[in-house]
This record gives sequence, C-alpha cells and structure tokens, in this order.
Amino acid sequence: MAWPAGSPAASDPPDKTQLDFPTARITSLHTTETMQLATINDLISSLPAQVGKDVMAFLPELVLCGTVVALLLGRLLGLDRKMPGHWIAMAGTLIAFGIAFGVVYASGSDAYLTGQNAQIFSGLLVNDGLTVFFRLFLLVFLVLVIALTVLSGIPDNEDGPDFYTLLVGATIGMMLMASANHLLMLFMAVEMASVPSYVMVGFLKGKRVSSEAALKYVVYGAGAAGVMLYGTSLVAGMLGTADINLIADQLGKLLSPEAAGTQMASAEVRTIVLGVMMILVGLAFKLSLVPFHFWCPDAFEGAPAEVAGFLSVASKGAAFALLIRVVHQLTGFGELAVPMAIGLGTIAVVSSTFGNLAAYFQTNVKRMLAYSTIAHAGYMLTGVAAMLVALANDRPALAADCIEGVLFYLAVYLFMNFGAFTIVALIRNQIYSEQIADYRGLGRQCPWLCVMMAICLFSLVGLPPLGGFVAKFFVLAPVWEAASLHWSMGALVGFALLNTVFSLFYYLRIPVAMFIHERPENARVARIETTERAFALLLTVPILLLGMSPLIGKLSEAAERVARDTISATDTIIDKTPHKD
Amino acid sequence: MDYQTLLPSLIIFAPTLGAIALVLMPKDNEDSLRYTALAVTAVTFLLTIALLPGYDISNANMQYVVKADWIPNWNIYYQLGLDGISLPLVILTSFISLWAMVASWSITKQIKGYLILFLLLETGMLGVFMATDFFLFYVFWEVMLLPMYFLIGIWGGPRKEYAAIKFFLFTLFGSVLMLVALLMIYFSSSYGADGEHIFDLVLLADAAQGNGLLGPDLQPWAFWLLFIGFAIKIPSVPLHTWLPDAHVEAPTPISMILAGVLLKMGGYGILRIAFPLCPEAVYSGSIVLVAIGVISIIYGAFAAMAQTDFKRLVAYSSVSHMGYVVLGIGVVGVVSVDGTGSDYWQMGINGAMFQMLGHGVSSAGMFFMVGVVYDRVHHRNINEFGGLAGKMPLYTGLAAGIFFAGLGLPGLCGFIGEVFVVLSAWQFNKALAIIAASGVILTAGYILWTLQRVFLGAEYKGPHEEALIPMLGREKIVASVLLVFAIILGVFPNLVFQYMVPSIEKLTDGMAGRIAGGF
Repeated sequence: MAWPAGSPAASDPPDKTQLDFPTARITSLHTTETMQLATINDLISSLPAQVGKDVMAFLPELVLCGTVVALLLGRLLGLDRKMPGHWIAMAGTLIAFGIAFGVVYASGSDAYLTGQNAQIFSGLLVNDGLTVFFRLFLLVFLVLVIALTVLSGIPDNEDGPDFYTLLVGATIGMMLMASANHLLMLFMAVEMASVPSYVMVGFLKGKRVSSEAALKYVVYGAGAAGVMLYGTSLVAGMLGTADINLIADQLGKLLSPEAAGTQMASAEVRTIVLGVMMILVGLAFKLSLVPFHFWCPDAFEGAPAEVAGFLSVASKGAAFALLIRVVHQLTGFGELAVPMAIGLGTIAVVSSTFGNLAAYFQTNVKRMLAYSTIAHAGYMLTGVAAMLVALANDRPALAADCIEGVLFYLAVYLFMNFGAFTIVALIRNQIYSEQIADYRGLGRQCPWLCVMMAICLFSLVGLPPLGGFVAKFFVLAPVWEAASLHWSMGALVGFALLNTVFSLFYYLRIPVAMFIHERPENARVARIETTERAFALLLTVPILLLGMSPLIGKLSEAAERVARDTISATDTIIDKTPHKD
Repeated sequence: MDYQTLLPSLIIFAPTLGAIALVLMPKDNEDSLRYTALAVTAVTFLLTIALLPGYDISNANMQYVVKADWIPNWNIYYQLGLDGISLPLVILTSFISLWAMVASWSITKQIKGYLILFLLLETGMLGVFMATDFFLFYVFWEVMLLPMYFLIGIWGGPRKEYAAIKFFLFTLFGSVLMLVALLMIYFSSSYGADGEHIFDLVLLADAAQGNGLLGPDLQPWAFWLLFIGFAIKIPSVPLHTWLPDAHVEAPTPISMILAGVLLKMGGYGILRIAFPLCPEAVYSGSIVLVAIGVISIIYGAFAAMAQTDFKRLVAYSSVSHMGYVVLGIGVVGVVSVDGTGSDYWQMGINGAMFQMLGHGVSSAGMFFMVGVVYDRVHHRNINEFGGLAGKMPLYTGLAAGIFFAGLGLPGLCGFIGEVFVVLSAWQFNKALAIIAASGVILTAGYILWTLQRVFLGAEYKGPHEEALIPMLGREKIVASVLLVFAIILGVFPNLVFQYMVPSIEKLTDGMAGRIAGGF
C-alpha cells in the first residue's frame, strides 16, 4: 500500500496524460527529480508548522480523547465517587464544542468552509465544511445525550464512567467517520464508532433482550466490517493507494474516453467498483438500510431508549457524512454515476417502504421507531442518489442542493427522532413500559410531554408547520429537479410521498393511544418533573423553529455553503467527467 | 410599520396568540377559558371587518400586500394579500368561527384543549385565504389538518377514530398530490434576469397568463393533481366519502366550521392556484369539470334523500351544494377561441363564489340546528322526530328559515348562486344545465320532506321527549344571526358582489387571453 507523500504532493494532482498503469502511476506521484526533491524539502521544512496546524484542526477530537482518559483515570484512582462520570463527560464535550464552535465563529463565513488546504495529517483526514458541520452536529448531540442520561438515570453512578467512556469513544469514532479521507481511516473510524456501540446496546446487563440485542448487533457488525475491509483492500490493491482523493483521480482517468477502449481498464474498473460496493455495504449496515437492517429493530428494542436514540441519530449522521464523501468521490463521475444512483435509489425506496410497512405491526414503541429510522434513512438516501445524477449531468449546483437537503434533514432529524426517544425514556421511568398499549390515556396525566411527543411524531411524518416537513421538502425538491435528468428520480419522489401517507398510519397510533383512548383504571400514574419537561421542550422547540421561523433560512444557507464546498472542493473531478474532456 | 401591512398578520395570528394565552391559563376555571376564547374570535372578526374601510373596491389587484423574507435562498416569502376573491372568504371564516365558538358552550369535556385546537384551526384557515406564496399556502393548508383531526378524534361521536383518520388520510393524500404540482410549478418557473424559481402566486399567475409557465406536457398533470387535491376538500364525487363520516362524528361547532369554511378552501384553491397557473389545461378540461359538478349535485341530492340520520342528510346536501361551485367555475369552456362568451364564464364564477358564501352561512346554520335538537334528545333519526313545531315553535321557525336558505328559496342566500351558475351552464351545455337545474327540485324535495318529518306531524315519536325544552338564549342568538345574514345576502347580493366582480373579471380576462392562444 502506497502512502501519499505528504499533503503538498497529495494536493498536487498527477499529470492527466499519464495513464501507464499501475506501477508507473505510483511514481507519477513523485515524478520528476526536481519535484521530488522540492517535495521532500518542503515536507521537512514545513513539518512542524504543518503538524501544529493539523493538531489545531483536530483539537475538539483530542479534547474528547482527553475526556476518555480522564474518565478511565478517575475510575482507576477511585475519584468517580466524588466526581460522577457525567460531569467529566459533560465538561469535556462542552469544551470540545466550545473550541469547534469558536473556530467556526472566529474564522467567519469563508475561512473554514473552503476546500483549500483542508487535508490534515498528510491527507488521512480532511477538515472541510462537511467535517465541521458534522463535528458540531455530533457535539451538540452528545451534550443532549449526556443530559438525558443524567435526567433518566441510566447508567447508575456505579456504571457511569464506563458508560460515558463508551459514549464519548463512539462519538470520536463518528467524528472521524465524518472527516475520513483515506480508506484505512474510513475502516478504523467505522470500527471505532461500532465497537463501543455494541457494548452500549448490551449495557443493561441483567436483561436478556439487551444481551441478545448486543450479540445480534456484534455478529452483523462483524460481518459488515469484514465485507467492508475486503472492499477497501480490493480498491487500494488495484489502485495502489488508499487516499480517497487520489483514488478518485485514478478512477477518473480509468473512466475517461481515452482509456475506455482498453481491456485493462474495464477489468480493473469492474474490480474497483466491486470494492466500492463492498465499502458501501459497510455503510449501509451503519445506516440500517434494507437489506442490511436486520440488527436495527432488535438492537433498538433491547437497548435502553437513551442508547437507541444516540445510535439512531449520531451513527446515522456520521454514516451519511461518510457516504456522501465516498459516493461523491468514488462514483460521482462518468458512466459510474447513473447506475450507482439507480442502485442507491432502489435501496432508498425499498428501505422506506419496508420500514414503514413493518413499523405498522409493532407493539413496542422503540421497535416501531427503529423501523421508522430505517424509513428515514431511505428518504435521505434519495438525496444522495439524486446528487449522483446531478454530477453525472454536470450540474454541480444541483448536486450541492441535494447534499444541502440531506444536511438539513439530519439537523431536524436530530431533534425529532431524539426527542421521541427521550420522551420514551422519560415515560418508561414512570410507567415501566414501552408498549404502545400502555400509553393509553397518558394525554390526561402528562399533557405537556404527550403534546411534545405528538409534535416529534408528526414532524417525523413530515407535516407542516413542523421541521420534518421543511426537511423533507428540501430533500425531495432537488430530487424532483433531477427527474428532468433521469426519470427514475421522479419515481423516487413519488415513492417518498406515498410513503409519507403510509407512515401516518403507524405514527398516529401513539397520539391516538395517548389522547383518544382512556387510561385504564389500574394503570400506573405518570408524574413528570419540571426539569424533564423542560428538557423535552428544549428538544421540541427547535422542531417548531425549523418549521416556521426564519431560522430555516439561516440553517439552509449554512447547509448550502457546506454542500457547495463539498462539491466544489473536487472541481477537478467534476472536470474529469468524460463529456467535458 | 403601518396598519395596512400589520393588519393581515394580526388577523392570522390573533387566534394563535389567544391559544398561547389559553395554554398559560389554569384549566379548572372553565368559564374564563371559554370567555377568553370567545373574546379572541370576536376580536379576530372585528379585525377582519376593519379590513373593509381600507379596501379599494375598484382595484382588482392584491391589496394589503405583505412580503417578508422567510427562506430567501429558496425564494420562499412570508407573503400575504387580499383581493376580491379572498376578502369575502376571510370575513366568512372569522364570522363562522365566532358563532361556532358561541356554539361551543355545549362542549364540556377537556375544554382547554378543545379551545386551543379551535383557535389554531382558525389561524390555519385564515392563513390559507390570505397567503399569496404557494409554499406558505401549502403550510397553512396543512396546519389546519392536525387540529381538525384531534377535534373530531377526541370530541367526536362513537365512530370518531374512524372518521378522523379518514378525514386525515383523504386530505393528506390530496396535499401530497398538491405538493407534486407545487414542485412542478416551482421548477418550471423562471423569474428575473437569473431565471430564479419562485413561489409567488401573483407572479406565477402573470407568467402563466403571459408567456406561459408549464408546457403542454406538464400542465395537464399539474392541473389535475391540483384539482384532485382541492376536489377532495370541496368535496366532489367520487372523493366525497370522508365528508359524511367526518360530519356525523364531529361535534356541532366543528361541523359548522367544516361545512362553513373548510369546504370553501377547496373552491378557493381552484380559483387561486389551479386555474390561474394552468389556463390551457383548464380550458381543455372544462367539460370534465362541469360533469363532475353536475354529478356531485345530483348524487349528493339523491344520497341526502336516502338518509335517515339528520346530520348525514345535511352533510350530503353539502356535497350537492358544493357541486354548483365546481359547475360554476368549470364553465370556462363557454369561452370561445375568439374570446367571446367570457361574460358567461364570469357569471359562473360569480355564482360559484356567491354559492360558497351563501352555503357557508346556511350549512353552518343547518348543522347548528341539528346540533340543538341533538343536544336535547341525543339521537338524530329523522323518522323518530315529528311534532317539534308544537314543542319548540321558535326553533321551528328559525330552522325552517335556514333550511329554506339552503334549499335556494328566492330572497335567501342560496338562490342567487344557484341561478347564476345554472344560467351560465345553460350557455355552455344545455343538457347538463337542465340536469343541474333539476338538482334544485331534488333539493327542494329532500328538504321539504325533512321539514315535514321533523317539525310537522302530530307528536314526537322518539326517546327523551321531556328534554325538548325551548331554545336557550345562546342558541337563539346563533340561529337568528345566521338567519339574518342568510336573508341579507339573499336580498342585497351586491354587498359582496361589489368586492368580487373586479377581481374575478381580472382572473377571467387574464386567462381568456391564454385560452385564445392555445398551447
């Protein structure tokens, strides 16, 4: 495996005309003597400054790493009795968020979002707009998750440090997923996010379903990781590099018209495409897309609602960041893009349809929400599919709109989905049940919480004036525009809208139980405390704001900048599409 | 900010502010909750009346225009405006809401939640009639969905869950179709030097009537998607089946709103969006629209005749009466390619608009009257009534007046709309006009027969005879106000025509040019 020779060389794309493959190509990275010398000299002289810059860009992640160490040391030295784990975790996360937000705030609207010099650690990671967006997304979310666990009392003080170590560790993995620019980092990040997740799913040690869920999750996860690793090795082996940008360059050349005729190119391309698809299998597992979704309902039902909520949002968000990057860079050009878009679109339709139909038959709220997350991954995936169609037709602005929609959707999804899981957790603490039937008549006992649950669920349906509608609109509108480029995109919109109507049936079951049915005589009484209510309100208000207020414009502008940046950072690739050559 | 720009927003959000105030009030003091909500609807009504002095009757364009940034990078604006088509409907909405609120005194269960949802519903309805941005229109259109669902689902009759979900699904399905049309129109639009996509309904209508907005391949799709979405709301046969269920299960005040205002949103949507944005498709689809209207009139009348449930009968009469609306706006085919005949079409739309207003008053009154007697005897089987004229003379008098208004008796509000519509239909297709006119006879048939079975006869045949007490003061007020307005509209139709005619003329003239041009 050839390592890229430092960022100066990596940012300097090899000469287009050189196609002698594969050995000559590797040298082409370092070609002429002078260039090589200059590169090495530059590298050596710029090393300290470069590392300093890289570390600064990586500071939020490092703070979280420090938090993990502090949590473990606290456990070792017995400090956790004086200083509960959640305070350490919360402090670390807030510092990390402060740094990440401060950098964005201080550097203004332009500096942090341009793709220039975004690569850090010799191109292993990338610190562009997409990274920054998901870093903030994940840190905000981590703060909320920690706050919820403190409120709901899972984990107890005894297990606290362990739990927060896992939680923070998984988040670091997800942040790496959002910034991975190298197949090796991609694999490591996915695993770093997954392994703590397995343990967290099985965290309720005394419960059989919890252990069963964790086991199922581990087995599926290990299988998916194996396939993904095989995929990365195929791609890296064929192209002699694992740097995603360089792979993209090479693929662009292999797919260019000059190379199309040669037997060599087509055989290689096939193998590489197989490898890319295997990588996508790993991501589809993280996104719980059909047919890689089987773990999801079991894991969510067995895991505590807090963990299920964390996985359903954070894991999905990070996986989408990675998916956007991989799909855009590795398949976003030439003849590859449209078939890949149709493939992704098919998976999207099947996922949302299956998720919605299966959700209807559930009696357990968490299991129902698990199927709903499968459906929502499908909705968002339509945006990624349309992005490919737009790229294939040389419409970078439209491709950016597609990504913008997905980013906006994820931001709303954070609040509506986690809000629903939060309320499930809070109600569970009162009535010791997560069955829909046991929610009957709760609307009279805790009206605030039930109204907020209804807001979260109707937002998940996608009804105005809630954030879920605007998000769905932003995802589907560019897909519809892409329908003028390829008919299949119109079908995606049709299916997504039909699914919206279907999904109403099962989401409604919870508000119906809460508000229309009477509370059975001997049912447990739910007493929700003011702090709990306030926390749920904190999650619900953004849903309303992102559905009605001018904040929609602000967020969608930010998402648009990030999306444009993500697309234009690889303008070189867009230029390499065959019909432009 | 002067009152011209502030007033529309104030009208829309006054009920919301009232709802927020109610949220903060304790739920034990039911009287103060009721009076607060009543005061809010009354203030909203007065605010809509305050629109009239500043409204220039001779100006056919949008007035009270408000335009503020909402989602600028998608060209979505918070944009309101009123013209002769929307102004009467806005006033109808606040008027019916006020009297439905008075009728809400009969609701006793979970009153706080009821009032909050009622006020949110009013915001949604007012917003629909005032929004001039397609996206904003869509949002308001959906906003009223959730409150309506819960108002039927929680405070409804025995089959409330079924009726509520049926209402919800039909409407949501229609909205999804509308959303597809919205996307088509948005991406076909091109405004300004950069060719930006827009949602501004006024500019979109100008484009559609100027250089054309949607080509011949897309336009019929967009029009029929929009039409189905709106026809569900009107409701036209065969998309009407949610209405009888929703009406029968909904509590009386909600039935009043449903019949008095919500159904009008369908007709309004067709006039505001489907017609101006798709002129050629409208023209080629004219005969289908007219046929749908006539079928609704006849089917609704026969179905009403077959009912034994008093409320279901009134519900089917709504299907029949709203058929005149579709018929009236659908006679666009009467316009010939050289532009003649446009007057008849204007007459049809004027009639349809007047029918919407008249039906808004009379149907709300009819549902209220059914509610009054249901509150007393807790059944609605027409065959078990009889002899009410002797027990409740005042009620009988008021009810007879309101039912005659629904029947279309000259001098009352139902007459003018039907006559205008049938006359204009005669110019278009004589056979269909004759069938539509025979609907008037059927209507007279079932309403007179109902009056006979309920009020006349020797004695009351059903249960709870002892409960048939005379009308309460509150009930007298609601019934007589509605009857008075039914008479005023019937005797002085020009009170509303003067507002509507210029804007309708502008609509038909704008579209006629495009129709003459063809695709």
